[in-house]
Amino acid sequence: MKGNFIDNLPKVYGIYTGGFIGFIIIMAIAEQMGMTAKAIGIAFVAFTVFIYALIGWLSRTAQADAYYVAGRQVPTVFNGMATAADWMSGASFVAMAGGIYFKGYGYMALLVGWTGGYVLVASLLAPYLRKFGCYTVPDFIGTRYGGNLARFSAVVVLTVASFTYVTAQINATGTIASVALDIPFQYAVYVGLISILLCSMLGGMRGVTWTQVAQYIVLIIAYLLPVFWISNKMGAGFFPHFMLADEVARIGELEQQFGFVKNAAADLKSVPKGLAGITKAHSAVNATPWAFISLALAMMMGTASLPHVMMRYFTTPSVKAARKSVGWSLFFIFLLYSSAPMLATLSKLSLIDPNLPTGIIGKTFAEVEAIDWYQNWNQANLMFISDFNGNGTLELNEFFMGGKAVVLATPEIAGLPYVISGLVAAGGMAAAMSTADGLILAIANAISHDVYYKIIDPKAETAKRLLVARVLLVVIGFAGATIAAMEIQGILGSVIWAFDFAMSGLFFPLVLGVWWKRANRQGAIAGMLGGLVAGAWYLVWVRTGGSGFLGITQLTFGIFGSAVSLVLMVVVSLMTTEPDKATQKMVDDVRVPSGKSILGRSH
Amino acid sequence: MSNQQKHWEKTRGLLFITLAIWFVFSIGIFLFGAEMNEVTGPFGYPWTYWFTCQGSLGAFVILIFWFANRQEKIDEEFGFSEREDE
Repeated sequence: MKGNFIDNLPKVYGIYTGGFIGFIIIMAIAEQMGMTAKAIGIAFVAFTVFIYALIGWLSRTAQADAYYVAGRQVPTVFNGMATAADWMSGASFVAMAGGIYFKGYGYMALLVGWTGGYVLVASLLAPYLRKFGCYTVPDFIGTRYGGNLARFSAVVVLTVASFTYVTAQINATGTIASVALDIPFQYAVYVGLISILLCSMLGGMRGVTWTQVAQYIVLIIAYLLPVFWISNKMGAGFFPHFMLADEVARIGELEQQFGFVKNAAADLKSVPKGLAGITKAHSAVNATPWAFISLALAMMMGTASLPHVMMRYFTTPSVKAARKSVGWSLFFIFLLYSSAPMLATLSKLSLIDPNLPTGIIGKTFAEVEAIDWYQNWNQANLMFISDFNGNGTLELNEFFMGGKAVVLATPEIAGLPYVISGLVAAGGMAAAMSTADGLILAIANAISHDVYYKIIDPKAETAKRLLVARVLLVVIGFAGATIAAMEIQGILGSVIWAFDFAMSGLFFPLVLGVWWKRANRQGAIAGMLGGLVAGAWYLVWVRTGGSGFLGITQLTFGIFGSAVSLVLMVVVSLMTTEPDKATQKMVDDVRVPSGKSILGRSH
Repeated sequence: MSNQQKHWEKTRGLLFITLAIWFVFSIGIFLFGAEMNEVTGPFGYPWTYWFTCQGSLGAFVILIFWFANRQEKIDEEFGFSEREDE
């Protein structure tokens, strides 16, 4: 190919996408010729991971600005795709449709929160941080406020938030690898980890950027193809997003007809852990305004504080491109998020509507237990039925399912070929890997650049800096995998906590750093550490039986943390001296796109 | 007032408009979630349900692109847009 790599990107990824679709077709043919389900699953995961590792190897680099910010030459649209993959984790891919399926409206606050946050990213932060020219988020804090303590505080908040998040992602990679490759979870976690490190170790941000684009393509095909296929197969509509109103209404009717019968506590004891029944209305408003809004707000402010997202906008060629790139990111995220409720609708209707051939409610227990897919998913501990009232037919309240099953099992329930299930496994793997890569890189870069290079050894040579960065990458990855292997907290819970931690400590110090000249070092340090401690305290308090206040739950503790952070930051800033002239000039320079970046190209 | 101050004033104005629109789609409408869900909205979905599935999400995408274009115009107006070689 002529010309440089960047100019050829559309061609390169066009060929890649074509190749991937070709691979799906080959697998479909192989399935018809008798390839086993297990072999298809292994082929999908192994093939895609091999491609990512290849991209990671091709992107190897020995330059600091390529390693930390991909050489600042990632075009707008491709950075949008990379950010979307970085953003959409195993939780978005595997757990989100399940959450909507079980909890309906109250859960959909997450859809609004995880998209609305990008408006804050675009308008309050990303373009200004890009102008700043930093390598990491603590790099901005450390230079804007000055001093090692401010820089170090930012590293602490970043590490707490990102580490909480990354264990969940490695956990998700392990879950998928263990199902697809049929190996025990404890080993699968490390298989997942090695795949993750293959993408990021040699090329740093450059490697991660180009693998994330590749992973986005896999995950979006893997999510949309089944949704459209199922919708067409069920006769629900050619384009589900615009055509499922009747299905949504039908679910409402069926809910009325069956009613939500509450199960006795003794009966529920027999249900395996992690499985749930349908107890909430599908499309009706089932949460108070504040419960909905507080969760959405926490996720939005968390979005604008998470360093692994913010650092993606350091890689664009210009400030202008950074702004546009946020728009593209959200567009690519929108494609998946707007499909999740459709998948939940299709999945639920196909299971509960007695008029559909796939519906199981109202059938006898013997009939349901004879269905192939029921046996498979029951064995995988994701489905369960029990005849509580002893009448021999399955009622709505007697059917239980795991959240993951909505994405993983629906293709099989709808009667799609197994090749689609293999594709979905590859998509889930891509989603979890891409996010884990971004997170591990954010932590390792912050520690190697901000703690090692800026605080401990400012004279270190590039080769040594990058060696430290890579060693940290491996160490943090293994630490994450070890904790993930213990399976302490569910995937979704820890993801939400990460948002709350990030917003508690970083939201106001970042925003006010650009928008309030008077903000100074003392205020920022108080804001970061005070916010983090307050948020963590609230979480522990509520978890240990505290009643909480103002309806703030363990999922929204960031609202309390960030409020404390704001108050401390303003009060302490005003009580201490204002920033010096040079700092104020720096803020002025950050506010206009033209002119040199504050920090040099390589620093 | 210097050129730079005027630029910042306009930038801040745009921020407030952007945040106001953001507020409506992320918070404002959900204050009336229960009432609004009684009414049939786009494509036949109930209004609130549609907003949480597609409406608000799509509005954010459009809002960001609109914001980026407006901000570029402001930067050009005051001569602060980036040169290609920077």
